[in-house]
Amino acid sequence: MMRWKPDLRDADATPEALYLRRRDFLRLGAAGAIGAAVAGIPLPARAGAADPTGELLKAASTVDQAGGEKPTPWKSVTTYNNFYEFATSKEDPARLAGSLSTRPWTLAIEGEVKKPQLIGIEDLLRMFPLQERIYRFRCVEAWSMVVPWLGFPLGELIKRLEPTSKAKYVLFQTLLDPRQMPGQRSRSLEWPYTEGLRIDEATNPLTLLTVGLYGRVLPNQNGAPVRLVIPWKYGFKGPKSIVKMRFVEEQPRNTWWLMAPSEYGFYGNVNPAVDHPRWSQAKERRLGEFLRRETLPFNGYAPEVAGMYAGMDPRKLY
Amino acid sequence: MARPPTKSRTPHRWVKPVAVVALLLPLAKIGWDAFTDGLGANPIEAVQNRLGFWAITLLALSLVPTPARDLPGMGWLQRLRRVLGVTAFAYALLHFLFYVGVDKFFDWRTISTDLTRRPFIMVGFAALLCLTPLAVTSTDGWVKRLGFKTWKRIHRLAYLAAALAVVHFVWRVKADLRRPLLFAAIFLVLLAVRLPGWVREARRRAGSRSVA
Repeated sequence: MMRWKPDLRDADATPEALYLRRRDFLRLGAAGAIGAAVAGIPLPARAGAADPTGELLKAASTVDQAGGEKPTPWKSVTTYNNFYEFATSKEDPARLAGSLSTRPWTLAIEGEVKKPQLIGIEDLLRMFPLQERIYRFRCVEAWSMVVPWLGFPLGELIKRLEPTSKAKYVLFQTLLDPRQMPGQRSRSLEWPYTEGLRIDEATNPLTLLTVGLYGRVLPNQNGAPVRLVIPWKYGFKGPKSIVKMRFVEEQPRNTWWLMAPSEYGFYGNVNPAVDHPRWSQAKERRLGEFLRRETLPFNGYAPEVAGMYAGMDPRKLY
Repeated sequence: MARPPTKSRTPHRWVKPVAVVALLLPLAKIGWDAFTDGLGANPIEAVQNRLGFWAITLLALSLVPTPARDLPGMGWLQRLRRVLGVTAFAYALLHFLFYVGVDKFFDWRTISTDLTRRPFIMVGFAALLCLTPLAVTSTDGWVKRLGFKTWKRIHRLAYLAAALAVVHFVWRVKADLRRPLLFAAIFLVLLAVRLPGWVREARRRAGSRSVA
């Protein structure tokens, strides 16, 4: 299996003092919205990117895996969310997600593991040191962001659970509770939201079990209290508000594939060469930029992940 | 039966100017929001969606005056038919120009692929093409030149445009079909209320033929 080598050392991590002043930097950025620099055509700037809010989380380390790009402002990351459990528009989850109660919260570990168990969210938060990972985030709808997530590699948790030899895949499920998640009262999708990864994908060092954002506890609309971020896959592959992880032998049937098998597959790997049937995936709009930019194979993470798909037809990996 | 647009200067003189101003408000709102951070995290997508929404909304509204003309006190609506139709076209055109010049920023390769390979874009463009001759022939002069019967026949393209616009909207969304289907229902109602009139007209024509 591929070993992940950090491209940065601890010494390269942003000093805390500077990190705490990062909003000055963001404000500076918001004033000019990158688009202005491109083609000289200004994009309406997001006025005064609102400061991050919520309980602080301490990260033991920071790794920039977005090539030094400036993170998308907090305000954009937290007000532009595909979270159909609350609403199908992108603006509404931020307004509606207050109805979700993230304490107490239990993550159920089931299936082909030697140590099936229920893990309380507070225990989960203490199991491993939290890392900040700055990743590119590419939605299947051809927009993208750069997001400073906080979490720990899912692989570290999986190692501790001791999967059996039958554990070929991991299935994830989002909370099903229409009282807390009003979007589940309508059948826009089959609930509960279900996703799956091959075991090698799940244990890839890039796959982040995520509990925070911008140094804060994950806001509800971003998938609190715990979600997956798989940076080389389209966003829909990353389930939010996870309550269940089941280790299974058969490939799980993920929600969007069930919804439209001709449009969404199991893998959901970012691939500019394979278009969505209704739109091109060759380019993407980074939020805040005017011009679309070229989409990178595996969202730019090919060196870390392409090996897992050697010999497979890349056209089948959408 | 629909009557040709008339230019009587008697009652409801204020209706049309008020309508023109009202119909420009969505555009003004887009401009206002653009400068007050009101378009959200993806302003280009937001503008694109709003222009499309107003195009299909005004197209639906433009189909209201004709069946409503027989309702008591609704005669003034008839004065709005043309301005509704023309602004529907204007929003559809802006929606398309915004797609070409802003969303895709004159990326002709992508645009030509979209227009020839992607049914979602193709039906939207076809709807715009349907509306174009209607906008061009919307003047009194054109009604006279074509003769009212021919003019009316051409303007039935509005129903085709409506159908194409609904399909375009259906294909736009990923899972939540509620809004596009709401428009489909509205258009079906607007067609259904026309049916009795069409049937009567067809019968009368058949009747006059048998007399002759």
